[in-house]
Amino acid sequence: MKKKYFLNGYIIDPQNAIDEVGGLIISEDGKIEAAGKKVNINNIPSREKYIDLKGKHIIPGIVDMRVFVGEPGYEYKENFRTLSEAALSGGVTSVVTMPNTNPVIDNVSIVDFLKRRGRDKAKINIYPTASLTKNLESTNMTEFGLLQAKGIVGFTDGYKTIQNTRLMSRIMRSAYDLNCLIMQHVEDSELAKDGMVNDGIISTKLGLQGISDLAEKIIIERDLTLLEDFNCRYHISQISSQKSLDVIKKRKEMVEFTCGVSINNLSLNENDIGDFRTFLKLSPPLRTEDDRLALIKGINNDLIDVIVSDHKPEDEEQKRLTFAQASTGASGIETLLPLALELYHNESLKLNKIIKALTCNPAKILRINKGNLNTGNDADFCILDINKPWVVKKENLISKSKNTSIEGRKLQGKITNTFVKGEELFKT
Amino acid sequence: MANVKKAIKISQKHLLGIQDLSISDVNFILTEAKQFIDLNKSKNKKLDVLRGKTQINLFFEPSTRTQSSFELAGKRLGADVMSMNLNNSAIKKGETLIDTAMTLNAMHPDIIVVRHQDSGASNLLSQKVNCAVLNAGDGRREHPTQALLDALTIIDRKKKIEGLKIAICGDIVHSRVARSNIYLLNMLGAEVNIIAPSNLMPKDIEKLGVNSFSDMKKGLKDCDIVMMLRLQNERMTSSFLSSNREYYEYYGLTPDKLDFAKDDALIMHPGPMNRGIEIDTNLADDINKSVIKEQVELGVAVRMACLKIFCE
Repeated sequence: MKKKYFLNGYIIDPQNAIDEVGGLIISEDGKIEAAGKKVNINNIPSREKYIDLKGKHIIPGIVDMRVFVGEPGYEYKENFRTLSEAALSGGVTSVVTMPNTNPVIDNVSIVDFLKRRGRDKAKINIYPTASLTKNLESTNMTEFGLLQAKGIVGFTDGYKTIQNTRLMSRIMRSAYDLNCLIMQHVEDSELAKDGMVNDGIISTKLGLQGISDLAEKIIIERDLTLLEDFNCRYHISQISSQKSLDVIKKRKEMVEFTCGVSINNLSLNENDIGDFRTFLKLSPPLRTEDDRLALIKGINNDLIDVIVSDHKPEDEEQKRLTFAQASTGASGIETLLPLALELYHNESLKLNKIIKALTCNPAKILRINKGNLNTGNDADFCILDINKPWVVKKENLISKSKNTSIEGRKLQGKITNTFVKGEELFKT
Repeated sequence: MANVKKAIKISQKHLLGIQDLSISDVNFILTEAKQFIDLNKSKNKKLDVLRGKTQINLFFEPSTRTQSSFELAGKRLGADVMSMNLNNSAIKKGETLIDTAMTLNAMHPDIIVVRHQDSGASNLLSQKVNCAVLNAGDGRREHPTQALLDALTIIDRKKKIEGLKIAICGDIVHSRVARSNIYLLNMLGAEVNIIAPSNLMPKDIEKLGVNSFSDMKKGLKDCDIVMMLRLQNERMTSSFLSSNREYYEYYGLTPDKLDFAKDDALIMHPGPMNRGIEIDTNLADDINKSVIKEQVELGVAVRMACLKIFCE
């Protein structure tokens, strides 16, 4: 590989507090050699050719902490190859995959298979999680220690919550002993039973069973109460409401934990469901505009650490049904950054905050050396044309499943090039 | 109804819910329906305004009165009516609603009347077929013809709706009848009181412009109309109530509770009734107070009007 020089760009690397006009040098072996304002026309050998960024941004490759992939078992929805292509087009270079596959990722031998498939088919970095309980049945714990030794970065039951408090306390104790990360989807299943949308005027109008924001709050309160005593690495996968934030704010001083939010809950509210749009049947559900604004504030106040795509590919057959019958979730990995940039363009969030929540923050939680432009680190990064307008169209999506929650949305900002280990793997 | 302006055309292609209708649409339907009331009482009940038209009744959920009412309405207008009960049909074999719709659409019907257990089913169907779709009840969302026939019944007896105080009482959370009636009665200028135990009250219902009460006596105070709803045991998935006995004690319509309403208050019920659970059996049959039979009668007229208007 030849050494690469990028000049006249705007470099954002929150981990190294770089937020300035500058450039980037990639070494022959695909590592970051230098980044920031020190990289300019005066500091490179005159014989070298360089790439003129013309004011475009360079950011570290995005680390998406919540991605469902169909492999194994649901390859018709998404496989590692299509996921990888979709991710690269959105500037995502590392993904954390959920264990809700068939079979479930709950034992050491399936992890070997997964890692092999990921390595052979995906060009991005795959960080698999395993389930908290065997076959997601909420009865027996999986082998946290052995699985972690095999390369599992965290443990979660994906879109299922551990309801049993005794089991949860034991999970936390084991996770403490073995230094494992627990990622909980927070929803009381009895309170949320048969629920499809936020419990409020929209559920009343549409005649759909509502999911109260209490269902989320109760599990958060319970888990944080347990955490005070058991003190393991604990991450709340996604929150959706003001009430949850209030709890998080109160508990932050007492106990250590982290928290994520889906880009859907930051960018849409329950009114977007309109005339039964099943692509907006999500978990957690879209809530009120007040909740959405509170979540944005939560990122600003560092109460929320991570923004995820909650990428859940579903084929059209699972969505062309009545709202009650339709499956839950939306495809979103390739629109994660552009949609997040909407919050920058409308001045809800600072660009640095957004990038931080998409790169170094998730990497720190996962304890992986990604999401930064550290000298000597793998050159995973992307080039962003931050003002470029475009429209989300189903037919242009790369993911195998086209169930986007933002069909027809006018966005501003598009990835033009994505690099993994110094190699350009995507280019518009 | 004397001074209302009559619309020449309906604003919607389908009748999916009262929410979509304008006030002139509603008056148009009600005026049309009035013409059929007398026809239905006469000896020769048959017209040929829908001759050559095909009406399909697509019922995914069991129904007696709505389905027979629509069937009769179609036949009296001269349409060819086909009723399909899909409890034992393709849907059981795994066919989706959209596939069923496509199949039926290929047969070129002029109108499809649909009832489905899921909210929004009629909307979904209407997007996939070329003909008009009449919603005969979708989940908990809307049952527009029921609201229209209720309005017609009230107008028939009270000569107006504007300014009346109307109580809707019972299992509101599971009720499409309640929702459609709230929209319609609000639109026509009534004051609507919603009465239900908190467990059967949908969240934020006040935002629809109604008053909500968990004390039935307070809610009934000075009401002109008392609309009782059926307790939908089949939709109850977990404990909403302690017992039917206690429900009757606090939310069943009994003579002593009715005393809080106006002296000339009328009792309505969309049927089928659970006698002794939500309504005292004698009250239900009291011809001076109960207009329950009239509702059924006018139901046919309203459905004839809807079929005629939406077929055109």
